[in-house]
Amino acid sequence: MKKKNIPAGKKALELVRGNAVPIMFVIICAIFIPMAGFSPSYLLNEIITRMGRNLFLVLCLLFPIMAGMGLNFAMTLGAMGAEIAVILVADWQIWGIPGVVLSMILSIPFSALLGFICGTLQNMAKGREMITSYIINFFINGWYQLIVLYIMGSIIPIIHASIMLPRGYGIRNTVSLLNMRQCLDDLLAVRIGGVKIPVFTFILVGLMCLFIIWFRRTKLGQDMRAVGQDMDVARDAGINVDRTRIISVVMSTVCAGFGMVIYLQNIGNLPTYTGHSQIGMFCIAALLVGGASVEKASIGNAFLGVILFHLMFIVAPGAGAFITGDSMVGEYFRVFLSYGVIALALIMYEAKKRMAKSKAGRELAEAQKEKEAAE
Amino acid sequence: MTTNTSPLLQMQNIKKDFFGNQVLTDINFTLGEGEVLGLCGENGAGKSTLMKILFGMDVIRETGGYGGDVLINGQKVEFNTPFDALKAGIGMVHQEFSLIPGFTATENILLNREPQKKNVVSEVFGERLNTLDYKEMDRRSAEAIEKMGVEIDSKMVISDMPVGHKQFTEIARELSKDQLKLLILDEPTAVLTEKEAEALLSSIRNMAAQGISVIFITHRLHEILAVCDKVVVMRDGYVVKDVPAAETSVEEITRWMVGRDVQSAAVSAGEVRSHEDAKTILSIKNLWVDMPGETVRNVSLDVKEGEILGIGGLAGQGKLGIPNGVMGLYEAGGRVEFDGKEIPLNNPRRCLDSSLAFVSEDRRGVGLLLDESLEWNIAFPAMQIQNKFLKNLLGGVIKWRDERAIHQVTQKYIDELQIKCTSSKQKAKELSGGNQQKVCLAKAFALEPKFLFVSEPTRGIDVGAKALVLDALKRFNRDSGVTVVMISSELEELRQTCDRIAIVSGGQVAGILPAAASSEEFGMLMISKVV
Repeated sequence: MKKKNIPAGKKALELVRGNAVPIMFVIICAIFIPMAGFSPSYLLNEIITRMGRNLFLVLCLLFPIMAGMGLNFAMTLGAMGAEIAVILVADWQIWGIPGVVLSMILSIPFSALLGFICGTLQNMAKGREMITSYIINFFINGWYQLIVLYIMGSIIPIIHASIMLPRGYGIRNTVSLLNMRQCLDDLLAVRIGGVKIPVFTFILVGLMCLFIIWFRRTKLGQDMRAVGQDMDVARDAGINVDRTRIISVVMSTVCAGFGMVIYLQNIGNLPTYTGHSQIGMFCIAALLVGGASVEKASIGNAFLGVILFHLMFIVAPGAGAFITGDSMVGEYFRVFLSYGVIALALIMYEAKKRMAKSKAGRELAEAQKEKEAAE
Repeated sequence: MTTNTSPLLQMQNIKKDFFGNQVLTDINFTLGEGEVLGLCGENGAGKSTLMKILFGMDVIRETGGYGGDVLINGQKVEFNTPFDALKAGIGMVHQEFSLIPGFTATENILLNREPQKKNVVSEVFGERLNTLDYKEMDRRSAEAIEKMGVEIDSKMVISDMPVGHKQFTEIARELSKDQLKLLILDEPTAVLTEKEAEALLSSIRNMAAQGISVIFITHRLHEILAVCDKVVVMRDGYVVKDVPAAETSVEEITRWMVGRDVQSAAVSAGEVRSHEDAKTILSIKNLWVDMPGETVRNVSLDVKEGEILGIGGLAGQGKLGIPNGVMGLYEAGGRVEFDGKEIPLNNPRRCLDSSLAFVSEDRRGVGLLLDESLEWNIAFPAMQIQNKFLKNLLGGVIKWRDERAIHQVTQKYIDELQIKCTSSKQKAKELSGGNQQKVCLAKAFALEPKFLFVSEPTRGIDVGAKALVLDALKRFNRDSGVTVVMISSELEELRQTCDRIAIVSGGQVAGILPAAASSEEFGMLMISKVV
C-alpha cells in the first residue's frame, strides 16, 4: 500500500519540479494582481494587446531550439533588420497595410544576411551558441548604429527631415509610425465587452503556429530535430549539419524581423536606438516562463509564457507602488525578474543534466544491493 | 543462382600501418554471398582497423591509407567515405550506438532516408521542404524489422528503450537499406541479455538465408560456433587461422587468440615473487563505478604490499573503471581501505593525500598539462599536493616556486626514463606519445607515492618505449618498494611485468592467477563473464 503511494507523490513532485518556473510565476501574479488593483477588463485588454504584439517574436525562437542551438539571443538581429526596413519605408511615406507589408518584405534581406553571419559564427563555436549569439548582438548593434547614425542621410538618401537629426544625417531618437499604428491590429478587429481583439494579428500568429507544426513534419524539420539531438549521429547519417543549423538561425532571424514589424505597428513609434535592445531578452524570458528549457520548447510554452510574463509586467509597477509607494520599484522588479528567470533556466538545465548523470550511479548501487540481498 | 563465380567480398594482402607502427599484415580472406564469418581476436589484434578499412572510415585515409585490395563481387573497390561503402551495399553496426535519442525506432531506422511527399512549398523552396510520408515510413520500418526477425516497438522513443532494443534498431536501420549485401556487426551481443543475444543469432541466420552476408565480431566464442560458417582468428595484425566453424572449438579458438609463442611469454623463474605473507595494503570491497563503457560491478580485491598486481581483461569489461573509481574520477560506491584507513570515494584529493598516485589512461586529457613545460608537468602535482619544490618566504605566508629544485628533479627523470626532448623546458604537447607517457610516469614518481595505479601505460606507444616504460615501472617497484597496480589490455605485458594478474570480465573480477599461468587459462577467464 505504501509502495503504491510513493510513486504518485513522486510523480507530483516531478511535475512541480519540471514546471517550477511557470508555477512560480502563477504565484507571483496571484499575489501581485490584487495589489495592483486593476480591473479584470483592463488586464484582459492589456494581455490581449501584448499577446498580439509579442507572440510572433517569441515563436521565432523555436527554430534554433529545435536545431539544438539553445536560446537564440541573436533574434535581436532580425529586429535590427526590421527597424532598418521600417525607417526606409517611413521615409518613403508608404503607410498603412502596404507599408507594413513592404517593411516585412524589405526586412528579409537584412535579417537573412545577419542571420547567416550569426549562424556561421555559431557553427564555429559549437556548444557555446548562446553566449556567442549574445555577444554577436553587441557587435552587430555597433554596425546598426553606424548605419542609422551616420550612413543614413549621408550615403543612403533620407528625404524627410522629420525623421532626420537636425545636423543633416542620422536618424532621430524616435521615428513616428503614427500612420502605420495598429493598422494590422485594427483589421478585422472585434470588440467583446470593451476588450479589443486584434483578429488579423492573431490570424498571423495562428499561421505562424501552423507553419511551425507543418515544418516539424518536413524533411528539413526532421533534420533539424535530428541535428539538435545529436550532431554526430546526424552527420554520420549524411545530414549536412552546419547548413541545417545556419538555416534554422536564418529562419529564426527572418521571422523575428516579421515579428518586429508587427511589434512596431502595434506600438506606433520606433525608438531608433533602443527599440531592439531588450527584445531578445524579454522574448526569451517569456518563453522560459512558459516552461520551456534550453533544449525543449513548444508553441504552448510560448503562449503560456507570454501571458504569464506580461501579466507580471503589467501588474509589477502597481504592486511595487502598493508595497513601497514607489512604482519605480516594481519597474525595477520586473527587469530583475526577467534576468533572474533566464539565469534560473540556464542553471536548471545544467542541474538536470547532472542529476541524470548521478542517477546512473545510484541505479548501479541499487542493482548491486539487490543482488547482494538475493545472495 | 551460383553462376557468379567470384565471392561477394575478397580481402587481398591488406596492410596498414599507423605512422610506421604495423597493425595489419597480409590479411587475406574471402566471404561468399549469404555466408556468416566470425571474426575474433584479442583487443589490438587489428579487427577494428580491418573493419574500418572495409567501411571506408575517414581515419584510415587520414593516416595514409592502406595496402592491398578489397574486392566486391570480383571488382576492386576503394571507399573514401563510409557513404561510398554504403552505396556498395556494406552496412555496419558499430559498438557505440549511433541513434538519435528523442526519435522513435522508425525515425531512426529511416534517418535521412525518409520517404517524402512533394508539396507546393517544396516546389518553390527545394526538396528539403518536402513533408515526410509517415505511412510509408511505418511500412518500411516494419519491413526492416520483419527482415530482422526480432520484434521491437517501432513507435517507441529510443531513450525509453532497453539497451538491447537499441542494438536491434541499429541493425534494422542497416537492413532497411535496399542495397545491403554485407552487414558488419561489431560486438553486437556485448550489450544484450542472453535471451536477446539468442534472438540476434537467429536473426543473423535469417539474414544469411536471405542472401545477406554477415561479418560477426564478438568475444563470445560459442556464439561464433553457433551461427558462423567460418571463423577467422586474428592476432597481432595477422590472420592466424581461417577455418570452417564446424571444425573447431571454443578452446581451440581461445588458444589461437591469445597463445602466441608460449616460450617468449613465459616469465623467467627468478622473477616470480610471492607476496602472500605481505600485509594487505589496499583492500577494495564491493566497489561499483559508473564509468561510461567501463562499468564496474561489485568488485572486491586485495592488493599486497610491495607487489605488482596486473588487472587485465577485454575492452569495455570494466578494468579501467577500477582505478578511475578508486581515485575518484568517476562516480563510485563501496569501501576502499588503504593501509588500514578507509579512503572516501569520489574525492580525488583525499586519495592523493593518502599517497596514492594514478597514471591515467587518458594521457592528453587527464595526464598532462599539454601547453606547459616538462618541468611544470613533472613538478606540478607534487607542488600542489605535498608542497614540494616550494620555498617559504615570510614564514610561509608567501610560497615561492623553487625553480632550481624543479629543474633538478625533472632532469633526473629525463635521464632515468630517457625522455627524448630538447630540454626540460619543452612543452609537453611537442613530445611523442611514448615520451608523453614517460612524463606521466615521472610525474607520478615525483609524488613519491606508496601506491601507484598505472592505467594502460603502453597504449599507443612503440615497442622500444614500451619496454622502457615497463622497465621503469618494475624498477620503481623494486627499488622504492612501491606497490603498483597496472591495468592493461595486453596480457603479454602484464605477464612480463606483474606478480599476479586479476582478470576483469563483465565488471567483476573473474579470477586472479599468478603471472606464470598459461595463456589459455587467462583467455578462459577473460570471456567467462562477458556481458
